[in-house]
Amino acid sequence: MTDFWTTVGSGEFVRIVALSLGVSLSATGLAVLLGLPLGASLAVLRFAGRRPLIIVINALLGLPPVVVGLVLYLLLSRSGPLGELGLLFTPGGMVAAQTILATPIVAALVHRAMNGLWTDYGGALLVDGATRLRAIPTLLAMGRLPILTAALAGFGRTISEVGAILVVGGNIAGYTRTMTTAIALETSKGNLGLALSLGLVLIGISVAVSATAFALASGDRR
Amino acid sequence: MMKVTRRLLACLFAAGMTTSAISAAAESIVLASTTSLQDSGLLANILPAFTAATGIEVRVVAQGTGQALATAARGDADLVLVHDPEAEDKFIAEGHGGERRQIAWNDFVIVGPVSDPAKIGGGHDAVAAFGLIAKAGAPFVARGDKSGTDALEKRLWRKVGRQPSLASGDGWYKDIGGGMGAALNAAAGIGAYTLSDRGTWLSFANKAELKALVEGDPGLLNRYDVILLDPKKHPIAKHDAARRLSDWLVSTAGQAAIGAYTKQGQQLFNPSAAAPK
Repeated sequence: MTDFWTTVGSGEFVRIVALSLGVSLSATGLAVLLGLPLGASLAVLRFAGRRPLIIVINALLGLPPVVVGLVLYLLLSRSGPLGELGLLFTPGGMVAAQTILATPIVAALVHRAMNGLWTDYGGALLVDGATRLRAIPTLLAMGRLPILTAALAGFGRTISEVGAILVVGGNIAGYTRTMTTAIALETSKGNLGLALSLGLVLIGISVAVSATAFALASGDRR
Repeated sequence: MMKVTRRLLACLFAAGMTTSAISAAAESIVLASTTSLQDSGLLANILPAFTAATGIEVRVVAQGTGQALATAARGDADLVLVHDPEAEDKFIAEGHGGERRQIAWNDFVIVGPVSDPAKIGGGHDAVAAFGLIAKAGAPFVARGDKSGTDALEKRLWRKVGRQPSLASGDGWYKDIGGGMGAALNAAAGIGAYTLSDRGTWLSFANKAELKALVEGDPGLLNRYDVILLDPKKHPIAKHDAARRLSDWLVSTAGQAAIGAYTKQGQQLFNPSAAAPK
């Protein structure tokens, strides 16, 4: 246990938690910015290729993180096509990887929620004279809680993920080491108790983020 | 909805600021190195002194030797610190590597369960021990990750005269495809033998019923070399900063730091820049 308190009390640990939250929240935010309009459009608008797109997005729910990591690694490598960006082994590269993983989740869940609302209220909205495009903001406001759930599902994917960020981030101490990669490292050092304690801290942080998000959303209802 | 969005964006902004504050440092280089130097804690212990002296932050990406050399060959590292002489020769011969200097050595040990079903305990001949393990069909955990340790293990099997594999019916040979720590965890979990570098072994905290059984074979020597990249082949690498790290590692200060690193009173690495093994 001494190991645990020494670790948790250290500046290094605070940096690790801050980076985990920073990377995962940034990726979740980007995933919401991309996934929200995408999911809503799929539910409300009618355009060519809509059904195949829905199928593809749902298939991407099972996107293997390590494959995303590998593909991004090859793209971001200095000898790869995007090497000039200098994003390999940086937090920026990790945000990119996790955004790719979280966007389909947000889009698919938003689509599912909006689809139900559109079935129930779409007719009424159109009768009121709104165009399909104009109806989207109204629907999004109605579906606030399911949207929050979609965002939290995206966050859950990113904060718990290790395969992609290990490959793209490199688990560099003090720079790209996150909670999950630190847990993997402590496990490989044989510090199983410490790794488990860090795991519990990670779960606690997830719970705190989820609770904060719901508190914000219900506070907004006043 | 707008309020939630605004709050979300505010959180994001704060998170972004934190991230950029973390990444704000003067000069930094990427060192591709081995899991053994990370898992043993050596690099985390000695590199702060280098950063304090030079202001250069060292970003260590710890991989197996094979992967570390591949990372550098693709141009994604500024220098390498690895431990597989044969793979290093190839790396240099292909034109990727420039100057190579030995910084330290220690040795490999064959660890296994205290019960020692293959009866190798107390021996000093690694090839003979491997032969006994194969003959007894006792569980053996192999790295299988093209690391320096993996390369040595395969060389030892070649000297035994056979490369065991599950495909050829050797159910006792478990190729886990993982790092040294993962291999030791696996060996501890199933009571198997494995080959480990001494640094990782001494600092490994989950030994369970494992014990070092064979050591002291000259064939188990483990040398760590720092290699600079060839400036013509890798023009973008930060050669000046990389050279300063390489110089520091072989300097009196760097060598003293390596020699001073101990775990439970035992020295893990022997500095050898002055007299390479």
